[in-house]
Amino acid sequence: METSETSEPLVARHVLEFPGGYTRTTGPVIGRFLTELRAGRIVGVRTAEGRVLVPPLEYDPASGEPVADGYVEVGPAGTVTASAWVREPRDGHPLDRPFAWAVIRLDGADTSLVHAVDAGSPKALAPGTRVWPVWRQQRQGHITDISHFAPEVTRIVSPIRPEYRIQAGGALRTFLDGIRRGVFLGGRCATCDKVYVPYRASCPECGSAIDQRVELPDTGTITTFAINNLPDPRAPEVPFVSAYILLDGADVPMIALVGGVPAHEVRQGMRVRAEWVPESERALSMANVRWFTPTGEEDAELS
Amino acid sequence: MANRCAVIGVGQTHYTTKRGDVSIAGLVREAAIRALDDAGLTFKDIDAVVIGKAPDLFEGVMMPEAYLADALGAAGKPMMRVHTAGSVGGSTGLVGASLVQGGVHDRVLVVAFEKQSESNATWALSTHLPFNASLVVGAGGYFAPHIREYMRRTGAPAHIGTLVAVKDRLNALKNPYAHLKIPGIDRRMVESTPMLWEPIRYLETCPSSDGACAMVLSSEAKVTGTPAWVHGAAMRSEPIFRAGRDTVNPRAGKDCAADVYRQAGVTDPRRQIDVAEVYVPFSWYEPMWLENLGFAADGEGWKLTESGATALDGDIPWNASGGVLSSNPIGASGLIRFAEAALQVRGMAGEHQVDGARLALGHAYGGGAQFFAMWIVGRERP
Amino acid sequence: MRDVAIVAFAQTRHTAHDTGLSEPELILPVINEVKERTGLRRFGFTCSGSCDYLAGAPFSFVSALDAIGAWPPISESHVEMDGAWALYEAWVRLQHGDVDSALVYGFGKSSLGDLRTIMTLQLDPYYLAPLGLDQLSYAALQAAALRADRAELDEIVRRSRADGRDNPYALDLPDEISGSDEVSGSDEVSGSDEVSGGFAVEPLKTSDIAPVTDGAAAVVLAAGDLAAELCERPAHIRGIAHRTEPHYLGMRDLAQSASAADAARAAGVGKGPVDVAELHAQFAHEELILRRALELPDGTVINPSGGPLAANPVMATGLIRIGEAARRVHDGTAERAVAHAAGGPCLQHNLVTVLEA
Ligand SMILES: [Zn+2]
Repeated sequence: METSETSEPLVARHVLEFPGGYTRTTGPVIGRFLTELRAGRIVGVRTAEGRVLVPPLEYDPASGEPVADGYVEVGPAGTVTASAWVREPRDGHPLDRPFAWAVIRLDGADTSLVHAVDAGSPKALAPGTRVWPVWRQQRQGHITDISHFAPEVTRIVSPIRPEYRIQAGGALRTFLDGIRRGVFLGGRCATCDKVYVPYRASCPECGSAIDQRVELPDTGTITTFAINNLPDPRAPEVPFVSAYILLDGADVPMIALVGGVPAHEVRQGMRVRAEWVPESERALSMANVRWFTPTGEEDAELS
Repeated sequence: MANRCAVIGVGQTHYTTKRGDVSIAGLVREAAIRALDDAGLTFKDIDAVVIGKAPDLFEGVMMPEAYLADALGAAGKPMMRVHTAGSVGGSTGLVGASLVQGGVHDRVLVVAFEKQSESNATWALSTHLPFNASLVVGAGGYFAPHIREYMRRTGAPAHIGTLVAVKDRLNALKNPYAHLKIPGIDRRMVESTPMLWEPIRYLETCPSSDGACAMVLSSEAKVTGTPAWVHGAAMRSEPIFRAGRDTVNPRAGKDCAADVYRQAGVTDPRRQIDVAEVYVPFSWYEPMWLENLGFAADGEGWKLTESGATALDGDIPWNASGGVLSSNPIGASGLIRFAEAALQVRGMAGEHQVDGARLALGHAYGGGAQFFAMWIVGRERP
Repeated sequence: MRDVAIVAFAQTRHTAHDTGLSEPELILPVINEVKERTGLRRFGFTCSGSCDYLAGAPFSFVSALDAIGAWPPISESHVEMDGAWALYEAWVRLQHGDVDSALVYGFGKSSLGDLRTIMTLQLDPYYLAPLGLDQLSYAALQAAALRADRAELDEIVRRSRADGRDNPYALDLPDEISGSDEVSGSDEVSGSDEVSGGFAVEPLKTSDIAPVTDGAAAVVLAAGDLAAELCERPAHIRGIAHRTEPHYLGMRDLAQSASAADAARAAGVGKGPVDVAELHAQFAHEELILRRALELPDGTVINPSGGPLAANPVMATGLIRIGEAARRVHDGTAERAVAHAAGGPCLQHNLVTVLEA
């Protein structure tokens, strides 16, 4: 699609990170297992049929039925049934040197635990290899209280932080190119004869591609609004007004900040104009529009 | 046409700010096992499992149905995961019912949950992508302007929202599972709380809850216990950015209601429906949905609320359970509406039972008031 | 069950990089293509599949609705699963008998983040995810459990890439395989193949891994007489079933896929010859596990499209398998075709569809 006036890609890093990490409550079964781990023991739980699940679940994975109420200490040693060799450890992996992931049948268990093994080389970890846990000194009740396993005699808050590279292309890029020039770009659906702003690739009503671009003025009418009393990083102060603003000539409102007027003087029907940041400060961003501010015209009639 | 489907088991957890005593699997199993107990069944009697929840960012577990499959007895069975924004709980019920109505399965377990305390809903809903051209500030910030527009259009007096906030919390006092229990709740208390997103006050908003809800759905041949029969089921969605979209009285909601009424033979919802569990996360959505769902003429919904008709002792009780305003594990909130509707027509709603309820509406909505899911359940076989 | 057929299929020309198009912009052409092909503007039911964590934002499917002309409002639902399960939900809905057509789509941009670590987030959040067990690592554990012949795996990769180069929608990946005798030049995953011998996580080689891909796909289903009106040779769904199994990797036999075998039996794969099978194998060894689980005869042509090893737009890949299998029925190259879709780590959840002319 040929949409962009400039060719530089518009890219930003985007991170999803809940501050401090998700706090997970464990429930009794996982909690017991992790508590035992903190104490340096590995336990499984017995199902109604007498199988020992390690790590323990609250249910028999085969049937969904609750497990019987009996914990059994297992291991600490176990036998590797399969392993995979990580040549280049990644952030978040348990070890910072090459290691193996392994499926380990702990002594006394009927299911297998997945964990890391510090094996030195992939050759050292053939199926059947006996491995032992290597415990962390500072244990907190987390699956990583076992730092890793190691061949014979050898050895949680969940920070989640996926990172993305977001590119503004397509219609959004076209719109932001306009915003850099100080212009609101919209598009007219030829089928519905409706003008959409921001400019978009297709009509939400009929699905037709929108080819016709329209430059809209930076004046419009507040159709409705909220007075926000909770802080937001995108607003300069509290309270602030977020409003639906119908630009003149557009058929769909944009949600934007209203400023330059006390919050409680904002009205439905109020005429407003975009206040742009100085040309020298403009970027490919909606931040070019500081807010919309009253023009002083008479209020528009609302339908 | 579609096969008959009935609700034969309902299970809920207690809803609360933080269920610190359970894992995610423990939470959903609590609801599931209660629903199975209610139906007199066990996991092995179930043919398929449908799981619903709102965005995975809430718990930081991507597609948690993979991890939860065996916790819900789904090993060796089909399992589905539904996500349709705030309406997801309702959609989960409908996808489960569809499996029975389509003749694919005899017994389906549907479960919806949210464990909001693992992170923070406002954080999760404010993770804006870079370059976003729109200023939306959380759910309250999104819906407040539409409430303001409703007030302008209808001239509704400012205290109507307060009345709903009080009424639903009084109902919650009668529901053992409800999250918010505020003894002595009254208009003064609501009106003394601060405006968060004017015109929405603090006590006019829903809480953040941990919780799960489950139902066992059955074909006619496999009904056990007390059934609530599905008389109609419908979903509708509309695009959020359509020019001229009526955000106060969305067409998708009207069309969805018309579809579900047609299936159930309802021509006058105010008279024919005995009790309604409607998704009202901000108090003003009661009068708005009264109009959208055809219980009142356009512009008249607030008068119905003001008259007391929607109270537990009114002629058309809305949210006898206390509703979303009293308990809001987001992904489950829609399914709770559907389940409470079923409890009412089964006569099993306990202290908040509406006497003689024979036909009930369950309703959920989501996104920018653009996704709708509804069902009508009845005491009689359709 | 009511006769339901696939009457149209469209997919994007998948890319190995982010083109900057938003998801609605990605979907739009394939929606328009299936509308044009069938002449339908409205559908009795619509269902889609996508994933918030791939998109990096909650509610990734909401804006997609603005791309499909959903006015007047439509009867619509969404699964946080591969689009293949959206197709299943639509097939169930058509069984009710009151609507005759359905639109199904799936989409995903796996280029935005690091798929390998994002996939860690779908693991059990107490025992597996906190270990940082990533997608390639758990796939490698399954490969190790299978202990497949290396030459056989390399041959699967070569065949898939060759077929992919002939498929205008798939990626053009080179014939050389990293870590084989010749020096590799085709490494999508790690830059140090010459050091690693081509292994990402041993025994998983970088060439065994499906490429990072952005893309979308759409399918139209029609029931009863409508199918024949919309398509010359509809691909009739003779069987469709899915099964899941316990999640935790140490509680299953990773060398097999019991749930894929169950789903295949329930869908009736073995009731007749299979001309073509499209398998959702994101790693070379998964093809071996699936061929065995589905009990596919030796003569079956596997992944003539190139399969996921030639293009893997996550959340659409499974739906594309069904679409590609249907395409072979539409164009007369197959009388009976099987499509498979997978979800969850190490083939935890499997869906099998049997299509016939
Ligand atoms: Zn149009």
